[in-house]
Amino acid sequence: MKLDEKLISRVANLARLELTDEEKQEFTKQLSDIIEYVEKINEMPTGDVIPADHIVDLKNVFREDRASASLDRSEIEKIAPKFEMGHIVVPRIIESIE
Amino acid sequence: MEYEPVIGLEVHVQLNTESKIFCGCSTKFGSDSNTQTCPVCLGLPGVLPVLNEEVLKKGILAGLAINAKIASYSKFDRKNYFYPDLPKAYQISQYDKPICEDGYIEIPVKNGLKKIGIKRLHLEEDAGKSIHSETPGNNFSFVDLNRTGVPLAEIVSEPELGSGDEAYEYLQKIKTIMKYIDVSDVNMEEGSLRCDVNVSVREKGAVKFGEKVEIKNLNSFKSVRASINYEIERQIRMIESGEKIVQETRLWDADSNETYSMRSKEDAHDYRYFPDPDLAPIILAPEYIEEIKKTLPELPDAKLRRFVDEYSLPEYDSSVLTSVKQLADYFEETVKLGANPKKASNWIMSELLARITNPEEIKSFHASPGMLAKLLALIEDGTISGKIAKTVFEEMTATGKGPEQIIDEKGLKQVSDTGEIDSMIDAVLKNNQKSVDDFKNGKENAFKFLVGQVMKESKGKANPILVNDLLLKKISG
Repeated sequence: MKLDEKLISRVANLARLELTDEEKQEFTKQLSDIIEYVEKINEMPTGDVIPADHIVDLKNVFREDRASASLDRSEIEKIAPKFEMGHIVVPRIIESIE
Repeated sequence: MEYEPVIGLEVHVQLNTESKIFCGCSTKFGSDSNTQTCPVCLGLPGVLPVLNEEVLKKGILAGLAINAKIASYSKFDRKNYFYPDLPKAYQISQYDKPICEDGYIEIPVKNGLKKIGIKRLHLEEDAGKSIHSETPGNNFSFVDLNRTGVPLAEIVSEPELGSGDEAYEYLQKIKTIMKYIDVSDVNMEEGSLRCDVNVSVREKGAVKFGEKVEIKNLNSFKSVRASINYEIERQIRMIESGEKIVQETRLWDADSNETYSMRSKEDAHDYRYFPDPDLAPIILAPEYIEEIKKTLPELPDAKLRRFVDEYSLPEYDSSVLTSVKQLADYFEETVKLGANPKKASNWIMSELLARITNPEEIKSFHASPGMLAKLLALIEDGTISGKIAKTVFEEMTATGKGPEQIIDEKGLKQVSDTGEIDSMIDAVLKNNQKSVDDFKNGKENAFKFLVGQVMKESKGKANPILVNDLLLKKISG
């Protein structure tokens, strides 16, 4: 499968990455090569195989519903780029998604 | 042209667990901002979310209560989007393998009941809360992550609702059911119940759906109904004037009673779901689900039917009494203690509900079922009249004293001593000769007046049946 620059731009935008035109060209080629290489997998007949949602053979890993201590707010303050009045401060959000 | 609206609801119900869905932080509402977070909530590298089993159990219980099938295989997925109230840049949710699918509930409509299909119920984590500065020129938003990771069950209806009223009834039913099974506080003001609406309009009888519009920012049942009604009108107006409806998200403005378009980027809905490798799949044995099923209490619809059948109550009484589980329990307790069901129902619906703002808190109400049953017995055996009983009830609710104690203390016992009543009648007749004459001249109302006067003389305590009998004997004889 050949990827085009339009798709690369779209994926970059979804990941909030800003790419220059040269980078777009470069990554289009690189990613196309990678995908083409991996496409070999498609030759395997997988019609009867149940998709693996999880690679480790684990199921039903639960914890008990018990509240435990949370972090002290000062710990968040240390790692947040900006912290004021008990809140993490971020660039103004105009639209809301959820 | 005739049109029909097609409406579907997405309801988020906050599950009332002690700790969050994937970590041990408390879910308590109203704490100081950012005091209930941990590395999992903050999305720090290297953390491992672990599912709270109580969330799973409550989700299954909710699914059973809405007649859904519980999946024997279920998993969590990552829903990717950038937003500061979700520091991981993805929400853990369920995509193609939700815990419950294919349910339904019944809602009351004009001529009976309507079955509304429920597509799915899935589990997910809530996002944080952001506050936007109102100060112009202040280009910052403030984020509180306490709510991040609070467990939610999202209930998605089929597009089978036909009006704002039906949406209202649907929400009411979901709320009542979730309360009955105690999986959520379902309080829309506190955000433990949230609702998004999908509305489209099509020509009546058309097979294809019209372009749908999603409405958000709904903070009450009333705004859900009003926004749907508004949106239906708006879409019909557009179709009739030849305009095209675009698929979009609109926000409800409760002040102006309108929806308005929320400009959003085209790619906003490209969530690129994939299975969350941090969380193991959930594979449930039938016995596990069966155990949870055993804890399912009698649901509101079944209780309503039983009240009609078992206590011969009218449909209306039954629906009022079963609208809140605690109220239904109160009623049944009163009846169990010997009260006549219809009489108990009348007292609860008129006297009790007039004095209590939140029937869920009836346990803390001073007048217990035992006291109400006793009060009804005292009316029955003639110790007090129905009218005096209201005074006693008032006193009971204010002080928590039993009815007999109140009657003793206040001297409210009904007078059934014929001699005593006789002398009261004599006094009244002496002072109301005109009414006596009126009665003798055939005026029925004059008799009622005289009875009233005797009751007044007795301060309401005379046995009204005796007063009637004795008075009639006296003036006709």
